[in-house]
Amino acid sequence: MQDNPETRAALPVLPARALPAGTLQLTINGKPFYHRGDPAMPLVWYLRDTLRLTGTKFACEGGCSGACTVLVDGKASASCRLAMLDAAGHAITTIEGLDANGLHPVQQAWIELDVIQCGYCQAGQIMAAVALVERTPNPAESDIAAIGNLCRCGTYPHIRAAILRASELVRARKP
Amino acid sequence: MTTPRDPSRRHFLRVAVSAGGALVIGLGGRHAAAAESSLPSELIGDELMRLGPFVMIERDNRVVIGARACEVGQGVRTSGPMLVAEELDVDWSQVRVIQLGYGYDEVDGRPDDRYGAQSGGLPADAARDWSDLRMAGARARALLLRSAADVWQVPVESLRTQSGYVIDGSDRRLSYGALARSAASLQPADAVTLKEPADFRLVGKPARTSDAADIVRGRTRYASDEFLTGMLVAVVARCPHPGGTLEGADEAAARKVPGVRDVVRFDGSASGVSPLAPLAAGIAVLADTTWAALEARARLAPTWKPAEATSESSARLVARAHERLDGEDAGLVVRKDGDLAASRKRARHQVKARYELPFLAHAMLEAPAVAVELRQDGAVVIAAVQDPDATSRLVSDLTGLPRGAIDIRLPRGGGSFGRRLANDFVAEAIIIAKLAGKPVRLMWTQADDLGHDFLRPLSVHALSATLDRGNRIAGWSHDCAGTPRNDRGKSQDSVPAWDGCLDADAFPAGLVAHFEQHFHPLDSTLPRGAWRATADTAQAFATQCFIDEIAFEVRRDAVALRLELLGEARVVGANGGAPGLDTARMASVLKRCAEAIQWNSRRRDGRGVGIACHAWAGGCVAHAFETAMDGDRLRIERAVCVIDAGRVVNPLGLEGEVAAATVDGIATALHLAITTRDGQVQQRNLQDYRIMAMAQAPARVEVHIVESASDPVPAGDLAFNSVAPALANAIFATTTVRVRKLPLMPELLRML
Ligand code: FES
Ligand code: FES
Repeated sequence: MQDNPETRAALPVLPARALPAGTLQLTINGKPFYHRGDPAMPLVWYLRDTLRLTGTKFACEGGCSGACTVLVDGKASASCRLAMLDAAGHAITTIEGLDANGLHPVQQAWIELDVIQCGYCQAGQIMAAVALVERTPNPAESDIAAIGNLCRCGTYPHIRAAILRASELVRARKP
Repeated sequence: MTTPRDPSRRHFLRVAVSAGGALVIGLGGRHAAAAESSLPSELIGDELMRLGPFVMIERDNRVVIGARACEVGQGVRTSGPMLVAEELDVDWSQVRVIQLGYGYDEVDGRPDDRYGAQSGGLPADAARDWSDLRMAGARARALLLRSAADVWQVPVESLRTQSGYVIDGSDRRLSYGALARSAASLQPADAVTLKEPADFRLVGKPARTSDAADIVRGRTRYASDEFLTGMLVAVVARCPHPGGTLEGADEAAARKVPGVRDVVRFDGSASGVSPLAPLAAGIAVLADTTWAALEARARLAPTWKPAEATSESSARLVARAHERLDGEDAGLVVRKDGDLAASRKRARHQVKARYELPFLAHAMLEAPAVAVELRQDGAVVIAAVQDPDATSRLVSDLTGLPRGAIDIRLPRGGGSFGRRLANDFVAEAIIIAKLAGKPVRLMWTQADDLGHDFLRPLSVHALSATLDRGNRIAGWSHDCAGTPRNDRGKSQDSVPAWDGCLDADAFPAGLVAHFEQHFHPLDSTLPRGAWRATADTAQAFATQCFIDEIAFEVRRDAVALRLELLGEARVVGANGGAPGLDTARMASVLKRCAEAIQWNSRRRDGRGVGIACHAWAGGCVAHAFETAMDGDRLRIERAVCVIDAGRVVNPLGLEGEVAAATVDGIATALHLAITTRDGQVQQRNLQDYRIMAMAQAPARVEVHIVESASDPVPAGDLAFNSVAPALANAIFATTTVRVRKLPLMPELLRML
């Protein structure tokens, strides 16, 4: 992975005006990035291989596990199903970008309630939960049940409790 | 195998001698290499004194404790270091946990595990942790005490420790950090005293996952997240026919994909051969990025040649199992107590039933991934493996490198359930890296793993019981036809033919005077392997459903019938060194579970309650469910688990593990099966092998942990066993339909 042209293409060096044709621009964790490689490549590989933001996992590559969940303009989306072409122009948040300095209430609740088993699904679970509690700070059971992210280890009861705890923390958050 | 021994003492001596007193991590030394690689970055450059293989102490009294087994969700990265910290007598808040690599070492030219056995997934591991990790902590503490005694010139007996300080009679204190350098130069004593359980300050108290803060920030690196310098990503197209070969592939098309660097081919291993080679023949694409490799693989269009025309299918295996069970041939005798034939003649009542269990896949959320760098003089292998001793021998065999030159690192693994006890994916990665001549990260997709897994055996169980005049169980027979686990190599002769299908000592063996078990092995070309408690996952289902069926037949209470079987307090079935069934512990777990679910109160509104219990590896568990039908869905209103998993190191971790295993048990029992046709697995991806999502999971699992002074047992694997039968029994109570075939839901909907 030493001389990977995509790594170079990823460096946010070009001013937006001077973009060569075919360059895709997107915002990841608040910073602009430019992609000149395959526009059909799913975002998950751009994050993991090009930017080495490996907090975003992948499992099924088929949009069903949710292991690769990121926020696209605040909405939870499967990054394995989102081509770079379609990600372009959008603001992406990954697990690494949730809170640069501290912990998002969801992350805090996850630690507090000791949700983790193997941990592999949890970045995706956390991103799905963030999308939920930021939009619906008082989620109903049905909102939580609607999260389709899979956990092979079976941590759902703990995830559910942590989402309820996180929503408390979100509601108590200073405006 | 290396001989088991006490790792906590040997390496004190070695480290002390080799480093002339104190070993400063960061300056190297062969013995420090593994720990060094995973040292938290803020500690690099600091002066850490090593006190034995697991403990390092910094000047400012921070303590670093190494975790020796690979963490795959069983909590060992937290519970193991807690045991060391307990005996070292430090506060948990002082402790940083680091993951140790595989500690291969040699003493007098013979292999030696620096950290003791590192398997961390088998029943013996939890018990061994309990003894030798505590010893490691106690030895380090003894050195600190002696070094303080030297400083103050007082007898060591006059000193005590607390929270990382040595304290004398007049309340003078010295921190461990201040004492560590001189302590590291002392010769450790042979005999040290361990704390009395009543004095435990950490063990038995809840502790959160030691690396949770990294995981929730996405900082934890799994093997699939590793980048080695100059590395290529490899993905493989594998032969879907067991034992088959590659005929051809469009390599040129694959090489045209930008970023593709190489395409290599390799052979698989024949069925019945120990997998020193990869399981299946394959063709690997090596590329700069995962995406390029996946794209190129999709263009390979490989053609495969089956080893022989096979019409094997899971449906035919099941049919064959029934034929065997119907046939004249009694099969292999697994166990024979008393005189069953005579008991049948005397019987007042006879009850019979058959149960079917499918193949199961592990379906870890993180499919196998291995990062490998091979050099002339050594190798680095990064993989979440649960038998790193076997990994080390395998890599040495495949590369010709001495084991001491192979650095095996053990990142967190995204699940295992027994899958990571196999090393087939490591073999594949080594072979590909050799062919490519470059560092490689081999990536499996989940579809790859579903198609090339070591499956939980398929089995059919025929049970029959005879009852006497008092409707007590007098005779019991259990005949099983199945595909035994041990299809590949590993000491074919040393393992019984029924391994993975039937357990000669499982409940109610030893409790019924006239008792027989027989086994009929079925041939299959599909690889089978360890899957949680393997045989017990099947045996508990058959046995615990059957007891309910007997109770129903003779109108007896299902809990009372079990308690009667357990009888007076004693330990039975302790054959071959395995822990026996302690009937008193089992009975108390069952009673507590019945109480918790309010077994004796009648349900109305169409709800029903089912219960089941099981003993495994010296632990006891019971589950009870209260269920209702909701259209064609089963609603789980309550899920209760009572567990005696031996000594509890971390109750919070145990509770989480048991709740999760219960959810896994529900998901598996209700929906999951691997089916095969023409010798191939039919489930191609997670859409076909549907792991349960949040919406179907119970909102809560009520976990009750029973206090116990026996050896710890892997709690998740223990808990899993009683879930399926308790659910089947609850379904019967709810619907009056007895489902004797797993998975339950398709069969229930067919029968309703
Ligand atoms: S990896 Fe994207 S949804 Fe499964
Ligand atoms: S914690 Fe293992 S998959 Fe969710």
